[in-house]
Amino acid sequence: MPLIDWFTVVAQVVNFLILVWLLKRFLYKPILNAVDAREKKVADELKNADAKEAEAQKEKDDFKHKNEEFDQQRSALLNKAKEEAKAEHQRLLEEIRKEASDLRAKQQEALRNEEQNLSQEISHRTQQEVFNIARKALTDLAGTSLEERVVDVFVQKLRNMKDEEKNQLVSALSTSSSQLLIRTAFDLPQAQRDLIKKTIKETLGIETQPRFETAPDLVSGIELTTDGQKVAWSIADYLSSLQKSIDNLLKEKNTSKAKTKSQTKNNKPRSENEPEAEQEPEAETNKPKLKTESEVETKPETDYNKPKSRKEPEIEQESDAEQELDAEQEPEAGQESAKQQSETKSEPVAKQEINPKLEPT
Amino acid sequence: MRLSPDELIFWQYGFIKLNATIVYTWGLMLIMVVSSKIITSKLSTGLERSRWQNILEIIVTSILEQIEDIGLDQPKKYLGFLGTLFLFIGMANLCIIIPGYEPPTGSLSTTAALALCVFVAVPLFGIEEQGVGNYLKTYTEPTIIMLPFNIISELSRTLALAIRLFGNIMSGSMIVAILLTITPFIFPIVMTVLGLLVGTVQAYIFSVLATVYIAAATREHKHGPKTGAKEG
Repeated sequence: MPLIDWFTVVAQVVNFLILVWLLKRFLYKPILNAVDAREKKVADELKNADAKEAEAQKEKDDFKHKNEEFDQQRSALLNKAKEEAKAEHQRLLEEIRKEASDLRAKQQEALRNEEQNLSQEISHRTQQEVFNIARKALTDLAGTSLEERVVDVFVQKLRNMKDEEKNQLVSALSTSSSQLLIRTAFDLPQAQRDLIKKTIKETLGIETQPRFETAPDLVSGIELTTDGQKVAWSIADYLSSLQKSIDNLLKEKNTSKAKTKSQTKNNKPRSENEPEAEQEPEAETNKPKLKTESEVETKPETDYNKPKSRKEPEIEQESDAEQELDAEQEPEAGQESAKQQSETKSEPVAKQEINPKLEPT
Repeated sequence: MRLSPDELIFWQYGFIKLNATIVYTWGLMLIMVVSSKIITSKLSTGLERSRWQNILEIIVTSILEQIEDIGLDQPKKYLGFLGTLFLFIGMANLCIIIPGYEPPTGSLSTTAALALCVFVAVPLFGIEEQGVGNYLKTYTEPTIIMLPFNIISELSRTLALAIRLFGNIMSGSMIVAILLTITPFIFPIVMTVLGLLVGTVQAYIFSVLATVYIAAATREHKHGPKTGAKEG
């Protein structure tokens, strides 16, 4: 029996070729496509992942960078703000310091002004009062006017001049070509002028036509000047001594005020050993009119530790008494105190000795 | 007893006949094509896939790799022919575990048909790859004296392909049949298992040899391998 059947061989060849075609169509192609698609997909995903990772890395770096930048900026801003705050603080402090010093200066200025005003006022008033009192006392007691009495005193002075002084004056008058000048604080009536002329003639032995001038700043005085020589009397010296004592009073008051001020600034509780701190504001609230009185009243009580302040009221009282009395004749005590004042003062305005002094001007 | 399934004829009209070889071949073809069609009709391209698709992918990609390993640069081009050879032979041989089945490869007609296909396909692929002249020249390599030997080699290896496969499978079937008459228990099963192994090996050998022939025909002929000499 034949092992090979040629029909079957042909049939199997055909079958095989058909199978090849069918399997190609239904097996290999789809499977390969699927595998390829999957591989492509995987590759894509891997690529994507890589890209994403790179992106993430980049973003991370960016973020890091930004963070660092932000940190730097923040610290820089903080430092700047700190510095600015410090500078501002310094500036404000400076401003405040300046303001405070300005205020203090202003206050001091105001105080000085006040002091000056006060002293001027006091001197002015005292002058007026003294004149009024003197005038009244004179008219009441002696029936004469103040001016008359002033001129009388002046005439007395002239008469009591020492010989050498007289000679000096005479020589000055004779050598100089200028006129004899008599300045007064008030208008002199004719009678007084005549009296003065007459006295000059009697004492000096010279016939002159003196020129009369009115000078309010002489403070109710009278003065005779010629070329380089001067004979004078006025109450300016009394006034200046009075002013001096008042000045001292005011100064004390100021120092004590400054003390209390610094204490209140530091918010320290007030100590009991400084009663003036309480009394001073009261004196201040009282109007300047009453000030002199209240000061005089309070000072001796409050300032225990200062012997000067005790003295001063006495001096003041003395000078007050002087001024009341000086229309008549100056007491010696007054003269002495006036001398003391004139010594401390550099200006040689004091000319209230009984013996008129000849001074070189 | 029958030596080959050709002898079991179901229907005959003149020289046209429908024997067991053709019928079983059709059956195998039907199973293979239908199952492939069913599995590949719902292929997924994603990472998730069915286990059947997985099996098919493994089979196909393994065949591709084998072809490439043997030395063909474009394995996809030869996949249809060589892959089908392996799958058909393997399928035919593995189905011996089905009782009453007779492998078509146990018929010399079938193996001769397959060997003829290889015999025709090798020069076709060779000519396609390097032209008629170049291909014909390979028969004169290394010298013109070798021309008759080359031609003899070509014929003999085709004959060897057919006879080897037929002899192995037919002998396997015969042993099982003889053993069934002597020791109907246990031993036929052992022999069937051996038959499965032999069948798979033969399928592999057949397709690998076909691949080698094609590779030899399509390659540049500086060192063309003449593998036919060492076949036994």
